[in-house]
Amino acid sequence: MSVTTTDTATTPRAAPLPGRYGTVDLMRSEWTKLRTVRSTIWTLCMSVLTGLTASGLATGVTRAHWAAMTASNKASFHPVEVSLMGAYLGGTLLLGILGILVVSGEYATGTIRATLSAAPRRPMVLAAKVLVFGAVALVVAELAAFASFFLGQALLTAPAPHATLSSPGALRAVAGAGLFLCVVGLLALGIAVLVRHTAGAISSYVGVILVLPIIVSALPGSLQYQIERLLPLEIGSAMINNPAPGAFGPWAGFFILCGYTVLILALATVFLVRRDA
Amino acid sequence: MHTTYHDAAYAQDYHPRVSGGPSQEDSVIEAHHLTKRYGDKVAVDDLSFAVRPGIVTGFLGPNGSGKSTTMRMITGLDHPTGGWATVNGQHYHDLAWPLREVGALLEATAIHPGRSARAHLRMLAEANRIPLRRVDELLDLVGLASVAGQRAGKFSLGMSQRLGIAAALLGDPGALIFDEPVNGLDPDGIRWVRNLLKRLAAEGRTVFVSSHLMSEMALTADEVVVIGRGRFLAHQPIAEMTAKSTASFVRVRSPQLERLRAALDKQGARTALVGGALIVRGVDTEAIGDLAASLPVTLHELSSESASLEEAFMELTEESIEYHGTLDEPAQGAHR
Repeated sequence: MSVTTTDTATTPRAAPLPGRYGTVDLMRSEWTKLRTVRSTIWTLCMSVLTGLTASGLATGVTRAHWAAMTASNKASFHPVEVSLMGAYLGGTLLLGILGILVVSGEYATGTIRATLSAAPRRPMVLAAKVLVFGAVALVVAELAAFASFFLGQALLTAPAPHATLSSPGALRAVAGAGLFLCVVGLLALGIAVLVRHTAGAISSYVGVILVLPIIVSALPGSLQYQIERLLPLEIGSAMINNPAPGAFGPWAGFFILCGYTVLILALATVFLVRRDA
Repeated sequence: MHTTYHDAAYAQDYHPRVSGGPSQEDSVIEAHHLTKRYGDKVAVDDLSFAVRPGIVTGFLGPNGSGKSTTMRMITGLDHPTGGWATVNGQHYHDLAWPLREVGALLEATAIHPGRSARAHLRMLAEANRIPLRRVDELLDLVGLASVAGQRAGKFSLGMSQRLGIAAALLGDPGALIFDEPVNGLDPDGIRWVRNLLKRLAAEGRTVFVSSHLMSEMALTADEVVVIGRGRFLAHQPIAEMTAKSTASFVRVRSPQLERLRAALDKQGARTALVGGALIVRGVDTEAIGDLAASLPVTLHELSSESASLEEAFMELTEESIEYHGTLDEPAQGAHR
């Protein structure tokens, strides 16, 4: 590339700025980082679309076959759960992956070194990431959950039953699905700080979310229930009104999930501070 | 000053400084017994030096000698196993606005390929509350204004290098650390970087720039810190390094070369026959001329050859390699 610029003098040195860089500065920086890569926009759009598509399909098919369904199938039909299933499963995967990319993308490209050169206080960098990604994930997850809920209920016309937000447990299930997705996304972000490589972090996360339940399901009955109810996916299922046998209540489970995330993020902070960038 | 390894080790205890130069209080970037080990391998070994403002200080060493690791320790990215480094008297970690005090180009390709050049600079500016108009100023300065909105993944290595330089200058810092800034640049680009470095130093900034290309340093740097295998070898003005190096030699041609050679050997000079000429080290032209007249021997050529920086550098590093060779395994791969 040919040099077209002349060597213009850089601007005169500015007077020293009082104070020190802080969390708000880093949050602004993280927000710019998040919105200036396409994968973010794609993943967020896909989260909402997956929820809508799955909800539309599940409720539409149910409505079309309602007359042919058995009485027991009709009795076990939960309009809230069916409309949220796609947003919940798709969001767990997609927002988890985005949470991973927020960190592993920096390691893969070396941007982490630019980030930490600008802000050598590493716990503050992680805090800014958690706050910005957490806020974005929460907004998008709630959007996906509420949109999926309303679409699904609109398609469940009579004689199929539908729910409203004032139905028992419905508002908690919908809002709770968004909360669950935000926290599980932050769990993924924490895993990425520990693992650093995108592929490794996604494998670890998918292992915890999807593979662990399969392994646990091979255990004998009572033991299986004891362990199953501690798994993130079961906690999420309970939140959207589809509790497995022996599951914790929705908020008790959510509290446990928050515990996992806090633990992983605390560990991530220690590793981030101790390791070379 | 001819610096052998042992001299260097001696100098470290007294903090190396250039004779006649300012005292260490004036220096901006300092390394104190900086050490980095990866397991058994020592990448940086008890390295101490001080870099002062207003000049370009080269950081010279072969690939794998620990330059990058040292620079990463100065900028707080890698934790030293021992020792410490300061910028403006502070640990990097404690700087109030790091990018406004130190600009570093450590890896040109350390840019998210999906992010535009402008977005890359913007996120750095925001982290240290640098006015966003600086982003466009810098894009102009490095000649990337026309591609500012393009994804950095499409950039050539040279363009990435320019973006890295823009990032380093973003906060208008008083100290600059560049790791191999001319890598991947075309001749125009190399000239541009050279002039930029000199201009930044002339503006009173501290410029610390690494290279394994001695010829590049000879054109850019005023002083050089030389390391080999992670160890301090020398810190001296480029001119001094070249002029007083033992690599300076005298070339002699004569029809009675063997007679002259025997006499020179007797005086303790080191001689070697290269392509019909005698290469003499350790004795200057005057002494050889006097000796030739006294023998008498006819001289067809008597010329003093000043060593290039390359030769001086090779000499310094060879000593370091020999020193290590007798003590431990070469620390290959210790440099990441």
